[in-house]
Amino acid sequence: MVHLFEENRGEIIRNDSEAISGIRDRSLDHFRETGLPDTKLEEWKNTNLAESFAKGYEYHFNPVPVRDLQRTFHCVIPHLDTAVIGQMNGWYVSQDVPLIRLGNGIIMGSLAQAFRQYPGIIEKYYNKYSSEDKNGLTFLNTAFAQDGVFIYVPDNVKSSKPIQLINVIRSDENLFIQPRNLIVLGKNSGLTLVHCDDSFNHQPSFSNIVTEVFLDSHARMDHYKLQNINNNSTLVSSTYFHLEKETVLDSLFLTLNGGLLRNNTRVLLNGDNSHININGLYLMDRKQHVDNYIYIDHNARGCSSKELFKGILDENASGVFNGHVMVRRDAQKTDAYQSNRNILLTDTAKVNSKPFLEIYADDVKCSHGSTTGQLDPEAMFYLRQRAIGEDNARMLLMFAFADEVVEKISIPPLRNRIEDMVKRRLMGESLICDQCVLNCGSKEQPVEFRIDKEMI
Amino acid sequence: MLLSIKNLKAGINGKEILKGINLEVNRGEVHAIMGPNGTGKSTLASVISGRDMFEVLDGEVRYKDKNLLKLSVEERAREGIFLGFQYPVEIPGVSMTNFMRTAVNEVRKYHGLDPLTGGDFLRLMEEKKKLVEIESNLTNRSVNEGFSGGEKKKNEIFQMAMLEPTLAILDETDSGLDIDALRIVAQGVNKLRTKDNAFVLITHYQRLLDYIVPDFVHVLYEGRIVKSGTKELALELEERGYDWIKKENE
Repeated sequence: MVHLFEENRGEIIRNDSEAISGIRDRSLDHFRETGLPDTKLEEWKNTNLAESFAKGYEYHFNPVPVRDLQRTFHCVIPHLDTAVIGQMNGWYVSQDVPLIRLGNGIIMGSLAQAFRQYPGIIEKYYNKYSSEDKNGLTFLNTAFAQDGVFIYVPDNVKSSKPIQLINVIRSDENLFIQPRNLIVLGKNSGLTLVHCDDSFNHQPSFSNIVTEVFLDSHARMDHYKLQNINNNSTLVSSTYFHLEKETVLDSLFLTLNGGLLRNNTRVLLNGDNSHININGLYLMDRKQHVDNYIYIDHNARGCSSKELFKGILDENASGVFNGHVMVRRDAQKTDAYQSNRNILLTDTAKVNSKPFLEIYADDVKCSHGSTTGQLDPEAMFYLRQRAIGEDNARMLLMFAFADEVVEKISIPPLRNRIEDMVKRRLMGESLICDQCVLNCGSKEQPVEFRIDKEMI
Repeated sequence: MLLSIKNLKAGINGKEILKGINLEVNRGEVHAIMGPNGTGKSTLASVISGRDMFEVLDGEVRYKDKNLLKLSVEERAREGIFLGFQYPVEIPGVSMTNFMRTAVNEVRKYHGLDPLTGGDFLRLMEEKKKLVEIESNLTNRSVNEGFSGGEKKKNEIFQMAMLEPTLAILDETDSGLDIDALRIVAQGVNKLRTKDNAFVLITHYQRLLDYIVPDFVHVLYEGRIVKSGTKELALELEERGYDWIKKENE
């Protein structure tokens, strides 16, 4: 990879300011030291990327022209009014302007364009908290990243409609992609982001995605991450949240399908009295593997963090939950809670669960719990005694288990859609259709890529 | 003959608990099965309803002229066997409404009937709620979740009313109930009694039988029915306790 960078450096840095190019070179140096993560590292002990890397990938330094744009991005959620931003094979997709500034001041569009157009904002927020993560893949992304999505919400602006960011891989080649997203919420602003990772066909791919999110004081963000890629693909999605004081973050990670998925989530609570909820649901089968790593750094007073991750693993699927809550010495009045609960449907499914609290403050309320088991046989008998067939009884119990996470979604159309997807997934329907994975049999709906300024 | 049990032997983990049960139940009858703790009353209810942790070692159980032991738990339920649980299970996340609609429609499907529409189902639920005097809000909640002991038992009677079983086995439904709840449970059973269905009441105390008058009373002791009689037997047990039964069988 180092070689690849050196060979193509000219292409890679073509939109950079000097500062960005400097960041790339430093990240590449860090990458030289760390290399790619392997299972010798504690944080990667239970997720082995060797097989994923061995598949061999093509790397592109320019976007490949998009065909069938409408078909690719018609996976909109019924009754949910969103502004859709498309990402194809890691590149921002636009039909007119690559970056738009709306009447209320929100800027959204291509990160590459933002590099050129808003160097001030970029230099203030780009690669800040993420640079502290000694993660080879993040260093690699920082070195290579050429495009992705940039969203800037100015102070006191609340986006009235959710932004749906759809990241689709569609290629006849095995692609290695490294999109980079930067989302900045100004003081007292608000944003709902629905971030979907999808793949089109069954072609193997490796996505190394880094998303940085900055919440300035009193900002509020609802963040939904939906992952639904094919069984041959690997997705490492690293999300870095930097939260200033009195912010609120609600985040949901829903993993429905994929060969190997790793969510690296790091949250820095850098100001007092912020509150975060991070929830996750993963439904895996076959030989799929999902790993949720969550590091929450309580670096200020009076913050709360709540984590609830639940998973159902069938056949030979495997899961990892690695939750690390750091409570620093001055983070008094911290309220932290971690919970990971799993259902294993077969003897061959497995899960490694490691909730972990590291506490240096004395006036805190922290707890964690982890359970892994089968479907409750008493409940199964109860349902069957009421005439409900075994398959339906299992469905009812699995859905009830999953719904504890799904019901936390505060946007009703999105909640209904996800409930529907979870039901279909639990019924064993493959959501990887020949077309868009989120299509779910719905009629093709045109997607308007020209962003209507009145919408936001 | 609705239910015929002959020389039924059953156990768990290799330990024999039922050591040769003989029992016949006809439509229109109410049977009470009494006896000291740990003599196999709940095991009998479990074996009839098909709980697979129990192993049938010998004997035969016929129900509606079918070999009951060959049917799955849900098939037995669809054929009209209802077990009122001693400890109803809490199922967080499964709403009572969804649970009951699924159950009722599974029974209908088994008998070749179309599923109830949403409106018809809700009407049926309202009707049965009134019949068994269950509070309206219980059906808006998850199955048994956070219900008090009395509410759980009333909920069992409500489910029984919804499913209209042919043979209802109520396993210690009276245990842990205050007198008002006991009355509601008993009235529910009395209202649901017809000439076509039958009830088997498993109880430790005679108290329930003040409200539901049985046709037959059986005493189960150490895995066998050691005494059968009419409702007067229950009164005698109430007066003399179980010690004389134990002595007679030593």
